[in-house]
Amino acid sequence: MTAVTSRRVRGDGVDLAVYEQGDRSRPTVLLVHGYPDTHAVWDEVAGRLAGRFHVVRYDLRGAGASSRPSGRRHYAFEHLMADMRAVLDAVVPGRAVHLAGHDWGSIQAWEAVCTMPERFASFTSISGPCLDHVAHWTRRTLARPTPSNLKRAAGQAVRSWYIYFFQTPVLPELLWRAGMSRPFARALKVGEGVAAREGHPARTMGRDGASGVGLYRANMARRLSRPRDRRTDVPTQIIVPTRDVFVSPHLVGGLAGRVPNLSLRPIAAGHWVPRSHPDAVARWLAEHIAGVEGGPLTAAESRGLRRAKVGPGRRPFDGSLVVVTGAGSGIGRATALAFAERGAEVVAADLDLATAQRTAELAGLLGPEGHAFKVDVSDPTAMEDFAKSVLHDHGVPDVVVNNAGIGMAGSFFDHTDDDWRKVLDVNLWGVIHGSRLFAAQMVERGQGGHIVNTSSAAAFTPSRALPAYATSKAAVLMLSECLRAEVKGKGIGVSAVCPGIVNTNITRTSRFVGQDGDEEARSQERVARAYARRNFGPDGVAEEIVAAVRRDRAVVPVTLEARLGYAASRAAPGLMRLLARLDVGR
Amino acid sequence: MHDTAELERFRDVQRLCYRCADEVAGTLEPGVTEREVCRRMRRWLRERGVDDWLHTPFAWFGDRTAFRGFKVPTQFLPSGTRLEEGMPYILDMAPVKDGYSADIGYGGVLGENRIWERLDADLAAYRRLILDLVRERRTFAAIYAEVDALIDRQGYQNRHRKYPGRVIGHQVGIIGGFLPKRVGFPFGVRFLQTIGRELVKERLEGRSPLWNGAAQSQHPPTPGLWAVEPHIGFRGVGVKFEEILVVTEDDAYWLDDDLPHVHRWARREQAR
Repeated sequence: MTAVTSRRVRGDGVDLAVYEQGDRSRPTVLLVHGYPDTHAVWDEVAGRLAGRFHVVRYDLRGAGASSRPSGRRHYAFEHLMADMRAVLDAVVPGRAVHLAGHDWGSIQAWEAVCTMPERFASFTSISGPCLDHVAHWTRRTLARPTPSNLKRAAGQAVRSWYIYFFQTPVLPELLWRAGMSRPFARALKVGEGVAAREGHPARTMGRDGASGVGLYRANMARRLSRPRDRRTDVPTQIIVPTRDVFVSPHLVGGLAGRVPNLSLRPIAAGHWVPRSHPDAVARWLAEHIAGVEGGPLTAAESRGLRRAKVGPGRRPFDGSLVVVTGAGSGIGRATALAFAERGAEVVAADLDLATAQRTAELAGLLGPEGHAFKVDVSDPTAMEDFAKSVLHDHGVPDVVVNNAGIGMAGSFFDHTDDDWRKVLDVNLWGVIHGSRLFAAQMVERGQGGHIVNTSSAAAFTPSRALPAYATSKAAVLMLSECLRAEVKGKGIGVSAVCPGIVNTNITRTSRFVGQDGDEEARSQERVARAYARRNFGPDGVAEEIVAAVRRDRAVVPVTLEARLGYAASRAAPGLMRLLARLDVGR
Repeated sequence: MHDTAELERFRDVQRLCYRCADEVAGTLEPGVTEREVCRRMRRWLRERGVDDWLHTPFAWFGDRTAFRGFKVPTQFLPSGTRLEEGMPYILDMAPVKDGYSADIGYGGVLGENRIWERLDADLAAYRRLILDLVRERRTFAAIYAEVDALIDRQGYQNRHRKYPGRVIGHQVGIIGGFLPKRVGFPFGVRFLQTIGRELVKERLEGRSPLWNGAAQSQHPPTPGLWAVEPHIGFRGVGVKFEEILVVTEDDAYWLDDDLPHVHRWARREQAR
């Protein structure tokens, strides 16, 4: 870690403790901490940035090693802004800096970029909205009191409980002084999984907490009751923790109108993201800055920037990387194209390279250039190579669709060992490999993602005609549910899609065990015609898969018969058992 | 079977149609409606001696070229849809002149459209495929299935299945008869009379003047003139060609190779 030098700067009637690290000739990043923290809350992030940037932090008035004026009026925005100007003038005179703020640091950073934008080249806000925007948001939300709007407004109102409490005189100070530090550290550990370390929570927390209450008393009521029209052209990125117990993620709604250059980075994390996810925060800061300064970006970084960008004409999967197996035909191809049409960069994998290339080519007509891979999903080594290649060439995928599968029908007694192995190797092991390898990449990256596994209506519709196939698909369904339970907390969704009777070429490639060549060809033809008459195309499934990813649905029966089967399997399993005895394979 | 002189007459009408399509396509500007373009085609052909129709001219713009959302036959009729920059279009006309008929389809795009370029380049394969399979004397139904398989491999959609009778082609011949030269919305009544007569006559021989994937088409290519019209679509873009295929007892050939799409494909092939 680079050395941290400290100095004192005379602010607006107070002494401020300022900390610097990294090469001063590099672009400057100013990190502003929140309440009841000190500059030390940024230690991890600052350490990661110091190799590439000149990182400056300071303790706000009333916190850490800076002076503590008493009386709420000393904590009003005008004094905070004067402090920030004093620090910038002393440390990097005349240079625009990259600003990032967390919590109250972000709230006052909003004030800074709206009132003195010339001083900032970029802005990253974490868990601290512009108070004026919050006031506008609340008025707008309550002006249209739909149930969902009321729910959102109530959600933020509940999250703001401490703000009301801080308006009470004396009591909050007494509590802080009486020793809130230990319970606070404990809550941090339990609530956010952030362990206490040297510097955070700070040893001065009792005093910091008591003085900092002035921030709330001096500014909150004033701004929320008489909001100003705050706008900024500074390129702004907002890191949105979706599990923040103090700031609702919905507060970013409607912001694009006031902040034209806006990017959003949702992350499945709590309020103290800089502590719990320093890698993601440092990476996003660096990407955002590189995007503003036009620095060199890897393919994954520039895709990340596109993905975060808010703007008119934005497609929902712009900047996303989507991997689809079995993408050479049927549901796989349709899914790849549906994502490409919505802006995603597609990696199409198939056993048959030519068909995958064709899918990639078509995807390139609808969205960004597509890529093709030849891979046998049942081969663990091949799948590992595939996952590594994708990571190396394009980065971590945002969506993975484990779709490759084969059909097999016939009596249980006609299925040989080899038949079973073949079906399970492709339909189940293919999904296991794909889920395992790519979910690991998603967890490692820490930015969430989504895995879709193609199951089948056969997963919950027993049939004497499909013992191996239905077994493999039922396993995929259960695998998806189990995996979903495990990775839910990491912002990764898992969906099992159960199509039903869909007109694709799977009917013509399905094995009919116990039948010789001619008979099998006739069966294939007969089933293909029946499926064609059903006339439900793969495009319909692809639309459902896209919707499943956007709404994070767990199990998605697609066609009418799949929905009915799903309902009946739970409501009337006896009926399903009866139907299972029909020999539909002949 | 038609003799050389008759084939020459058919070729002349087909060339007239393609000249009409070329010239009318040259007049297309943003904002023009399908109805207006159909009027231009009708007027152009009438002025050059056309006196009856198999069907009156059609024009489809934008995603109507792929028959997106088409449920009822009236949706094929020219609409008030306006042409915009980057939009694909299809002109389709089937005039009769002195009893000799043609039926053509002409695809184009106003300005640039990447999807249309790709589709149009891929359409070339169907002209070769269909001719080869007819020469092999595969059944019409089998050829239809092969075309479907190619469409599937290419990742496109079969759009000719939206035509009446799901046809990829139909027989054409010399149009005559006792009925007046009128149009019965949008088909010429004499054409309907002819096709009706043929439907009965061919049915008796186990064949059909309509070429589709159904059981009636499970017969080797019938000698005669066939207007063949593969129509493929991808997302909101459709492209087709339609021209006359001459089928003889033991061979087949396209009536004319000097056509705009044939030259366009050759140019594209050379540029690669």
